Amino acid sequence: MKNIKNSNEKAAVKTKVSWQSALKRDWQLYLLLLIPLILVIVFCYGAYPGLRMAFMDYKPAKGYAGSKWVGLNTFKKVFKDADFTRALRNSVAFNLLDLFVGFPMPIILALILNELRYKRFKKVSQTILYLPHFLSWAIIGSVALTMFKPSSGLVNIALMNANLIEQGIPFLNEKWHWAITYLLIGVWQGMGWGTILYLAAITGISGELYEAAMIDGANRWQRMLHITLPGIRSTIVTLLIMNLGRVMGSNLERLTALGNTQVKEFQYQLAVYIYQKGISNNKFSMATAVGLFQSVIGVALVLLSDRIAKKLGEDGLL
Amino acid sequence: MDWGIKMEKTKVAQSEESISSGGANAVIGFKISDAIMMFIIVLLCATCVLPFIHVAAKSISGNTAVMSQSVYFWPKDITFDAFTRVFKDESMTRSMIFSVWVTLLFTFLGMFVCTCAAYPLSKKRLKGRPVITFLLMVPMYFTAGIIPSYILYYQLHILDTFWVLILPLIYSPYNMLIMKNYFQSTIPDSLEESAFLDGATNFQILWKIVLPLSKPILATLSLFYAVGRWNAYADNMYFTRSADLKMIQYKLYQLVASATEAQNASLADTGGVVQSTPEVLQAACIMFVTIPIIIIYPFLQKYFVQGTMIGAVKG
Repeated sequence: MKNIKNSNEKAAVKTKVSWQSALKRDWQLYLLLLIPLILVIVFCYGAYPGLRMAFMDYKPAKGYAGSKWVGLNTFKKVFKDADFTRALRNSVAFNLLDLFVGFPMPIILALILNELRYKRFKKVSQTILYLPHFLSWAIIGSVALTMFKPSSGLVNIALMNANLIEQGIPFLNEKWHWAITYLLIGVWQGMGWGTILYLAAITGISGELYEAAMIDGANRWQRMLHITLPGIRSTIVTLLIMNLGRVMGSNLERLTALGNTQVKEFQYQLAVYIYQKGISNNKFSMATAVGLFQSVIGVALVLLSDRIAKKLGEDGLL
Repeated sequence: MDWGIKMEKTKVAQSEESISSGGANAVIGFKISDAIMMFIIVLLCATCVLPFIHVAAKSISGNTAVMSQSVYFWPKDITFDAFTRVFKDESMTRSMIFSVWVTLLFTFLGMFVCTCAAYPLSKKRLKGRPVITFLLMVPMYFTAGIIPSYILYYQLHILDTFWVLILPLIYSPYNMLIMKNYFQSTIPDSLEESAFLDGATNFQILWKIVLPLSKPILATLSLFYAVGRWNAYADNMYFTRSADLKMIQYKLYQLVASATEAQNASLADTGGVVQSTPEVLQAACIMFVTIPIIIIYPFLQKYFVQGTMIGAVKG
């Protein structure tokens, strides 16, 4: 008992520095911190009070003071709104599909890249595969249009010249075709860059493991499955958690760059909903409520998947 | 495992040979699996390169050749008319210059703010460090959303001004974390302690010791900031209306979107292909916006990979 107390006191003496002396020694550091703190307080925390719009019938002309509190009525209205349910359905469906199709792709690609034996070939192909990550959605969208237009897109012309099809495929102009094209372009854009973290993790795997496996006669496929994959498991889990947090997210740039009026039914996702209701139609309360809903679900998903990962014995994210 | 049994049957000589050739990927000879993997990679690389070659070829081809759909990956009737028209279009060039200017200022201020946050927080002795770190990390997980921000910017009188494209985003928790990790892992405490004993102030240590030792991370994060700003245009859509605040990416998006809608409309009522922007001109616009990135891409790619690796160490 005495010992514990003693050691506690010792620790306290060691770490406790009064604010006065801390400020005297490090005032310059606190001064530096003031700049980002002010920015965060003004531009991030400063926007939090605006969230009360979700519980009000906010009228821009009346401001916060003149607008009425309506409790959860805005949320009730939003959930009854057919546009919202459609946007929510589309967002969740497309994000889950993105996750299913897009998440494994960088892992597979990293495994393949890791097996390439010509260093130069590997380097050049990596450089090329990273490229889409550096281009804006405006560029990707406009290039996609050039490639996929039904009448004059390169892909359709090539297929028609090869007599494989008679009429252009409406890759971006019919909703089901659009859904697939949208997903594949998303996967394509992220696959190369997504490999970096996995490749970094792979370099951390001990070469002895591979050598031992080879003595045991494990072939390439077996080494991949039993050494490389387990070796990058914690990276996979971390990235999966981060991606799960995005299931409620929605990227306005990607949606608008690839979308058009003909595919409205599927393109109408939460970001489009917020943009149209909020910015174009001035329905501030509804758009705020949807944004809040999105953020809260996003945080909850990250926390939940982190908890699950830890239960399963992984490191987790937080 | 069942391959444990199989191993006994494999030729010992072969496995010894592969070990002597060393490395994790040593394999004997060139196998079909190598060919298949290289083929897959080549195919994927082609999807990344060919579309851009096609657009580039279109942009310097003659109008008739493009309309007759005979331009694939090599230009026909080479002419630079479309590019001349793009460069002469004042709104395009002005937009480009505006983008460059916004990106440069954004990058500079962003790096400044990032260092201001990352350096003090990398010091374990700093009192109140956990609380301040928490305050500065919250924005990564929870933001108020578009509409509350919109109202806030309106109240701050920065809506539809140059500053709305800069101020809200110059502090990035993600970049701060990377820089902080770098400081903690690469700069030895003893170095600073001895400078401290020699009477150097915190500012002097940061400016004369820490920053010169951190050039790689400074380069990487500058690129993160610059490319992020250069490519993003959602805030341009949400928070600005004026024509002279349009960054080049937003300009390209609008140009192509309006051409597409015009085409859809005309398809619906006449069945013909009439476009508001001729295809060659459109291709030239795409190239106009893409070329700057393609030119600097080989240089920045290296730093980007490096930065992501550093972030991964303790991300």
